[in-house]
Amino acid sequence: MQLYITALQEGFLYGIMALGIFISLRILNIPDLTTEGSFGFGLSIAAVLAAKGFVITSILLAVIAGAAAGFTTGFLQTKLSIHPVLAGIITMSGLYSINLLCLGAANMSLNDNTLFRVMKEAFFPNSSGMDSKIFYAVISGFICLLIMVILIWFFRTHFGMCIRATGDNEQMVRSSSINVNITKTAGLCIANALVALSGACIAHAQNYADIHSSNGTLVVGLASVIIGEALLGKRSIVIGILSAVTGSIAYRFIVAFVLSYNICGANMMKLMCALVVAVTLSIPAVKNQMAVLKLKKEAKKHADH
Amino acid sequence: MLIIKNASKIFSKGTVNEHTALRELNLLVEEGEFVTIVGSNGAGKSTLFNAVCGTFLLDAGSICLDDRNITFMAEHKRARHIGRLYQDTMKGTAPNLTIEENLALAYSRSKRGPFRIAVSKKERQLYRDALAAYEMGLEDRLETKVGLLSGGQRQIVALLMATLVPPKLLLLDEHTAALDPAAAEKVMKITKDIVRHNHLTTLMITHNLKSALTTGNRTIMMDGGSIIFDISEEERKNMTIEDLMHMYSQKRHVELDNDRMLFS
Ligand SMILES: Nc1ncnc2c1ncn2[C@@H]1O[C@H](COP(=O)(O)OP(=O)(O)OP(=O)(O)O)[C@@H](O)[C@H]1O
Ligand SMILES: [Mg+2]
Repeated sequence: MQLYITALQEGFLYGIMALGIFISLRILNIPDLTTEGSFGFGLSIAAVLAAKGFVITSILLAVIAGAAAGFTTGFLQTKLSIHPVLAGIITMSGLYSINLLCLGAANMSLNDNTLFRVMKEAFFPNSSGMDSKIFYAVISGFICLLIMVILIWFFRTHFGMCIRATGDNEQMVRSSSINVNITKTAGLCIANALVALSGACIAHAQNYADIHSSNGTLVVGLASVIIGEALLGKRSIVIGILSAVTGSIAYRFIVAFVLSYNICGANMMKLMCALVVAVTLSIPAVKNQMAVLKLKKEAKKHADH
Repeated sequence: MLIIKNASKIFSKGTVNEHTALRELNLLVEEGEFVTIVGSNGAGKSTLFNAVCGTFLLDAGSICLDDRNITFMAEHKRARHIGRLYQDTMKGTAPNLTIEENLALAYSRSKRGPFRIAVSKKERQLYRDALAAYEMGLEDRLETKVGLLSGGQRQIVALLMATLVPPKLLLLDEHTAALDPAAAEKVMKITKDIVRHNHLTTLMITHNLKSALTTGNRTIMMDGGSIIFDISEEERKNMTIEDLMHMYSQKRHVELDNDRMLFS
């Protein structure tokens, strides 16, 4: 049970990252590889500042740092015309060194100066064990929900609509006298700010930051977005936003499930998760194949008559 | 008023693929004039539009729109004054946005704060009324994604987007060529209405010679990146399609003969 509560919390927090990836991948239609860099950037900035006691500031600055990372990638893409994939890789690898520099070591503790601890002391100072786990999950859910509401509002505003249109038909947006360099860069800033916020929240939730926690986050985020779409579809922006978070939670539950049965050692964890995700993602294609087979069978039956 | 002076554009300069798409082209279009443009495939008609819109910069020459030199102005900045429609009905609209969002995007040329809700109630009414005038039933489908519409319906939306804020110049690039005859006729009629109603200065590319001679008040023919004929309203009146074809082939013959003399 405890495993699943923690999975829910992580699902919400990594869900913020999935929202960032949803924005770059689905709304802007840009494969943005900055993700792992900005996740680590948010994580390390939040950890360093929180360890010194600046709990709220650490999160705000992490968000700004993420936006700066997104701006860098956007600048490389638009002003310097570097291929989007390369621009992301450049920023990401540059950030790797910056993150190490920032953290000062491969890992560090936040010394209990975490957002979650502060909130718990403010509201439920006496809770412990299971209760506090549930409380942490609720706070995480609240943060994630807040972000979702802001995003849904934002993408209905004029500027948000321009960003959506840029991913849809760039030429047409330009013909509507809108500067697509601005809309693209702004979109990347928002996406990476969210990814960095997710990294910061993860550092706070774990009370611990490790430079390697950002490894593989991009794949996890992509998987979340795609699992979410397989579950809920992608009819509109609102559904897309919902499904990114749903996908993230589903992914964490899958991981918890694999862990709880302890079928394999911790080393095989990633492989098991990869398998489960691959199976989940292949469901639509398999369904499709089945339908085609059925159609062929029917057609044959009629031909025989 | 549009003034194009000595416009030249050479693609892939200095390679084996070097191609002169615009050859010292001169064109003056008066305010409120409706010019139809004809010419064979590859004559440079779309390239002329691209140059005016700023898709690329000219190698030489200048473009002025209403006394303003726009030769080096950024594409999205000139777009404020230019409306454009393409043959490909997907090009002029964003398929995953709804009809009203597409219209709101075009309407943003005259727009206030970026963080207002994109489609206000007042605007929705404006779009509804504008669409209702075309009797296509689109006014009741404002929240339908444009990608789900038929080509003709999409082109109506694109046309409205291009003219919602009357532009100084309207460029129509074979905008009815992908539509079935009935839809093409309807879109053409609506186009003429809009142009007349707003006194828009318009250039229209078409391969339909009949419609070229009967639409607007002037016809020009392009070939090899320059204008080879400029036919005024008076001259056009008694002209048939055969006359136009004849003029074209004669011009071609003369040029071929010249080439032969050159190479013999
Ligand atoms: N971006 C480009 N790069 C290289 N060549 C180009 C480019 N754009 C156009 N051209 C060339 O310029 C010539 C004129 O093309 P353009 O599209 O203007 O023709 P068009 O008159 O519009 O013909 P159509 O009636 O087929 O639309 C063509 O030979 C084309 O290959
Ligand atoms: Mg063309």
